[in-house]
Amino acid sequence: MNTLQTQAVILVVLIPLMSSYAIPLIGWRWKGSAYFIALMAIGASLICSLILLSSVLTQGTIHYHLGGWLPPWGIEYVIDPLNGFMGAVVCILSFLVTFSSRESVQKELPEKKVRFYTIYLLLFTGLMGIVVTGDVFNLYVFLEITSLTAYALIAIGEDGAPLASFKYIIMGTIGACFYLLGVGYLYIVTGSLNIADLAQLLPPLYQSKVVLTAMGFFVIGLSIKTGLFPMHIWLPDAYTCAPSAVSAFIAPLMTKVGCYVMIRIMFTVFKPYFSIELIPVTTILSWMAAVAMIVGSIFAIVQSDLKRMLSYSIVAQIGYIVLGVGLANRAGLTGSLLHILNEAFTIGCLFSVAGAIVYKLGTSNIYQFNNLSKKMPLTMAAFLMGAFSMVGIPPTCGFFSKLYLIFGSIAAKQWVFVAVLLISTLLNVIYFFKVIEIAYFKPRELATEKEKEILKVVYANGGSYEEIAREATPIRMNEVPLSMLIPILIMAAGILISGIFYFKIIAKVIQFAIPSGI
Amino acid sequence: MVDYLISKYNYWIYIVLMMVGFYAMMGKRNLMKKLIGMNIFQTAIILFFISTGVKKGGTLPVFMEGATRAADYVNPLPHVLMLTAIVVCVSTTGVALAVLLLIYRRYKTLEENEILKSIR
Amino acid sequence: MIIQYENVIIKTICRMLIPFIQLFAIYVIMHGHYSPGGGFQGGVILGASFILLVIAYGLEESRRRMSLKALTIYASLGLFLYSGIGALCLLMGANYLDYAKLPLPISSIPTIRAMGILGIEIGVGIGVMAIMISIFLVIASYETGGENG
Repeated sequence: MNTLQTQAVILVVLIPLMSSYAIPLIGWRWKGSAYFIALMAIGASLICSLILLSSVLTQGTIHYHLGGWLPPWGIEYVIDPLNGFMGAVVCILSFLVTFSSRESVQKELPEKKVRFYTIYLLLFTGLMGIVVTGDVFNLYVFLEITSLTAYALIAIGEDGAPLASFKYIIMGTIGACFYLLGVGYLYIVTGSLNIADLAQLLPPLYQSKVVLTAMGFFVIGLSIKTGLFPMHIWLPDAYTCAPSAVSAFIAPLMTKVGCYVMIRIMFTVFKPYFSIELIPVTTILSWMAAVAMIVGSIFAIVQSDLKRMLSYSIVAQIGYIVLGVGLANRAGLTGSLLHILNEAFTIGCLFSVAGAIVYKLGTSNIYQFNNLSKKMPLTMAAFLMGAFSMVGIPPTCGFFSKLYLIFGSIAAKQWVFVAVLLISTLLNVIYFFKVIEIAYFKPRELATEKEKEILKVVYANGGSYEEIAREATPIRMNEVPLSMLIPILIMAAGILISGIFYFKIIAKVIQFAIPSGI
Repeated sequence: MVDYLISKYNYWIYIVLMMVGFYAMMGKRNLMKKLIGMNIFQTAIILFFISTGVKKGGTLPVFMEGATRAADYVNPLPHVLMLTAIVVCVSTTGVALAVLLLIYRRYKTLEENEILKSIR
Repeated sequence: MIIQYENVIIKTICRMLIPFIQLFAIYVIMHGHYSPGGGFQGGVILGASFILLVIAYGLEESRRRMSLKALTIYASLGLFLYSGIGALCLLMGANYLDYAKLPLPISSIPTIRAMGILGIEIGVGIGVMAIMISIFLVIASYETGGENG
């Protein structure tokens, strides 16, 4: 008997897939319907993924056999708590960002709306497919669907977007080909492609060179896809030059799903003791992550474009998550998974705020943000919340995830990582508070002739600088439309709520999501 | 050492092919040549996979009368996986060509150093 | 780039060959599940036959025979055939793409599974043909300002 509960595993991927073919057909006649079909498809996926999360937490791991074939002969979709958690995070964030994308797509790409939403839904399908599947080759297919649609979406921005997209194509293809080589090596020695089956067949073979080479290919290929230093070179250009709706969608999700695949390969396909002791992959990853944290923050300080600064900040945040994976103890992985949740909300909020600022001001140059706190108070309040979370001020979620990462470093007796975490927090403070200072505390410099006349008159009568600035041109509140504002506020509220209830989230979900054997 | 080279000649050929493609991606300055290098790289990986399924004395993985044991047929699973990889390769080439068209429309050239000069 | 080639030999040969190429493509699609071939390969050959027509006769010929609107509809229909058969299996009470439960009046289970795979291959073939042709047409009409719509 087929109920929604038994088939929710496949519906999470099937509904967006079929809606993405329906959009060109329906959108040919009614152009405005593309947005609503996309929103409804992502909403249906959201409902299915919440059903999946609740049922996996109560009943245990869910197995779904595609085509009725039993594994290892058929493809199998497996949902365990880690999958369910990632799926819920991806769906919630996609729904909020898609809700806010209508106005910016209408302003930046008015004649390409129908095709934009087609590719957008295919990107969402790919992300959900990566999260749900339990077969390494199926994961490669969905990884490539995600990457191809991302290349296409990034290339339709302005100002150097095609070149950034081409760079991303070359580097991303190398990463995916290395992942494919790793899958091929594992298939040659075991003859199976199913994750659970590989986990059983591989332990006798851990000393063979083929398996070691496969691990090397996996780590390098997934590091390119995740954007770990030093393979992060495609990241700043690609996320800066993309259209605003695309940046807000891709930036919080794609690299974090790459981190999820890394956790899956390192701790579920290979047993944890292989990745920690037999070859010190986790040590290498944690050192690369430490360098990424410092380098990303330093590069972010010198940027003058808001989106570029946030992209370098993402490089640093990926360093945090991979540091948690590299520490490979319970506290480290808890901090890592909590940081994935934090990143989804925070980066989604920050990039949506950047999109809102571009929508209103037309530019994202930081030095032109004067008086933004008066023109767009709610948006800048959300930015403030996001900045606090990135820096790690309680009670936002960022503080607790960094706390768990520090606990993990102390438990692993790596004092260098504790120092690196604290230093990079201080560096984060520098560049975020620069933006906050310009937006909140620096009034606009007067420029026109008329205003200089008024300056002389009022100054002669003993007025202060703030009064002059206020008198010259009254600054009215000029907020973005509601469909962009509501998701930004919901994401900012999400940061606060997930910070206040962090212990419940850890106890109910994340504690079971950590792979066994750690 | 020499028989190590000769007995596994197919793997050496694929390594050479892969490195040719990789060099073209990194070393050449024209964007179209980088794209072709990417194609060669992916093709080398596909060839490598298919060669791992070959058996001594095996024939095509198509059902024939008179050959009923599984050992008579070459392993068909890598063939199927590589069909998917070929589709991915073709799609990536399609997307990359479309992006190259956009670059050409904007910068009127496909040489990397000229494009970088016109950006600075 | 695609101007009409004033050459009788090429036009005649293409006109004679293209139906046979298309027949071969349909053969490849139909025999995909027990001989080399399948949906993707047959779809590419079908697309190649149309591209041969465009190369021999010029771009105007393509606008007469297959507009971009028709191509979009073919692509979506082909892919709907694919996931529709899978969803039909869902509605019949089995897992996705479990062809054994399709409502066909055939008695043996392996034959029904073969028919299910055949249906899927036809859908993939139509979709791939449409997409190959549309890639070629969009890139080829770049110089004349590009297609819109």
